[in-house]
Amino acid sequence: MTGGLFEKPFFRIAGDRGLLVEFGNAIDSEINRKIRTMAIALGKNPPSGIVEYIPTYRSIIVIYDPLKTNAAMLQQQVIALEKQLAEIPIPPPETVEVPVCYGGEFGPEIEFVAKTHGLSVDDVIRIHSEAEYQVYMIGFTPGFPFLGGLPESLHTPRLQTPRKAVPAGSVGIANNQTGVYPIESPGGWQLIGRTPLRIFDQQRAAPFLIKAGDRLKFKPISFDEYQALKEACDR
Amino acid sequence: MTDAFRIMKPGPYTTVQDAGRYGFQQFGIPPTGVLDQFAYRAANILIGNPEHAAVLETTVIGPQLEILSTTDIAVTGAEAPITLNTEPQRGWSTFRARPGDILNIGPVKNGCRCYVAVTGGIDVPLVMGSRSCYVAARIGGYEGRLLAKGDVLKRLEGRLLSQMRQVPEQAIPVYSPDINLRAVPGPQNDFFDEGMELFYRSGFTVSINANRMGYRLEGPQILQKNEMPKSIISEPSLPGGVQVPPDGQPIILLVEQTVGGYTKIATVISADLPLVAQAKPGDQIRFVKVDLADAYAAARYEEDNLRNLLFRAD
Repeated sequence: MTGGLFEKPFFRIAGDRGLLVEFGNAIDSEINRKIRTMAIALGKNPPSGIVEYIPTYRSIIVIYDPLKTNAAMLQQQVIALEKQLAEIPIPPPETVEVPVCYGGEFGPEIEFVAKTHGLSVDDVIRIHSEAEYQVYMIGFTPGFPFLGGLPESLHTPRLQTPRKAVPAGSVGIANNQTGVYPIESPGGWQLIGRTPLRIFDQQRAAPFLIKAGDRLKFKPISFDEYQALKEACDR
Repeated sequence: MTDAFRIMKPGPYTTVQDAGRYGFQQFGIPPTGVLDQFAYRAANILIGNPEHAAVLETTVIGPQLEILSTTDIAVTGAEAPITLNTEPQRGWSTFRARPGDILNIGPVKNGCRCYVAVTGGIDVPLVMGSRSCYVAARIGGYEGRLLAKGDVLKRLEGRLLSQMRQVPEQAIPVYSPDINLRAVPGPQNDFFDEGMELFYRSGFTVSINANRMGYRLEGPQILQKNEMPKSIISEPSLPGGVQVPPDGQPIILLVEQTVGGYTKIATVISADLPLVAQAKPGDQIRFVKVDLADAYAAARYEEDNLRNLLFRAD
């Protein structure tokens, strides 16, 4: 689906510390590319008084200090920045590779997903790991990526009853979404595998492996490879 | 780094917090930090601490602490009985405690949360630039969790005051069970017409579901325009955003919320967020419609109040 991109940004007031800038009205890769570009441009030319900004599916929320700037001034600065976009060098998105041990105890629902679509388990692994995903935004739990690009042949409804605790590293499917749980949390996604990577680690100098705007690929690994990588990652 | 105090009784929900963790919301880390920035900043001003020094945030019933090194203490926020050994102490003022002293903060009389500042500020590891505890993800604070009996907290180096200080009576906020919150319409104001009018003219009761994530209110059902979608594409929420789920019962979102997909009818101005922090289940809330200019003026006024507090405290 395309065509949801607005001709010019639409502004919404989120109180005296937030300005919401919408660039479109759909979950769409073209709109999200625009968000990534604007977020990088904002990072390179931050208007004064900004505390932080959060790129989302189709908008950027700018959080500011009302003692230092105001919404009207920020609107003008965002509009000006958008007009200069062509002159700001934007690096290509990074691709993050996430190794996954599919099936077995790590992916208790992989057979259900396969059966639902008349596929073999190997088909599910192949289709899930051949696709390239776009990281639309991060949220829900620390480092949790909302991914676009799950092939339609794997779209599967959520579990009837969510699990109270999904282990960290679990890779799952919910409707048209796929994702990976950075920390143990409740969740209702169909689990198909697990990564040994620590997607989020508060002790690490760079706590997050994935950021909004990245591309993401899953790479199938064996149980032995999982164990070896897990040991290396936990050390 | 010195041992500051040992927890004898933790109280039901006591955590280490500071001004908040900023710059990581794009990675799904909510700002956390104290709910009542005014009382928090006043406590640090009284003690002469750096602006972002960490404090204890208590909820309804305060803790009992055994003091382990000589320190000045300020308790601000909710009105509660404070005793050092058997000696009653005033809120919004400083007093000195010595090793072996027992500080007790009892159940609140007015308000909901107290802030306890000690000389130098509480010393727990900085995680992503902040000492604030995000309990749900076990980040920051003391081992990422609520304080428990036996925990020993340290404090950073700081100078004892040469003379005790207090906030003048007339500058101490009064917390009433009838609360007016100024709120700017939006961000999704165009999703409501009659619902918006009803929202600003009705009273709401704070429900039992009121915590650092948000305050769920009970009152008349606030409905969106029929033609508008019931949910929006998920976006991060900011403290003060008033979300209206399909059941029409508003939720004031606070500092531990990450993303949400329901419309936000209005946003409580930042100068009035301390009033939400001090609200308890059963309290009555009315929203007062203001525009952005009013909100900016209120933010400036609160900042000036804190500056004058420092002036008076000296």
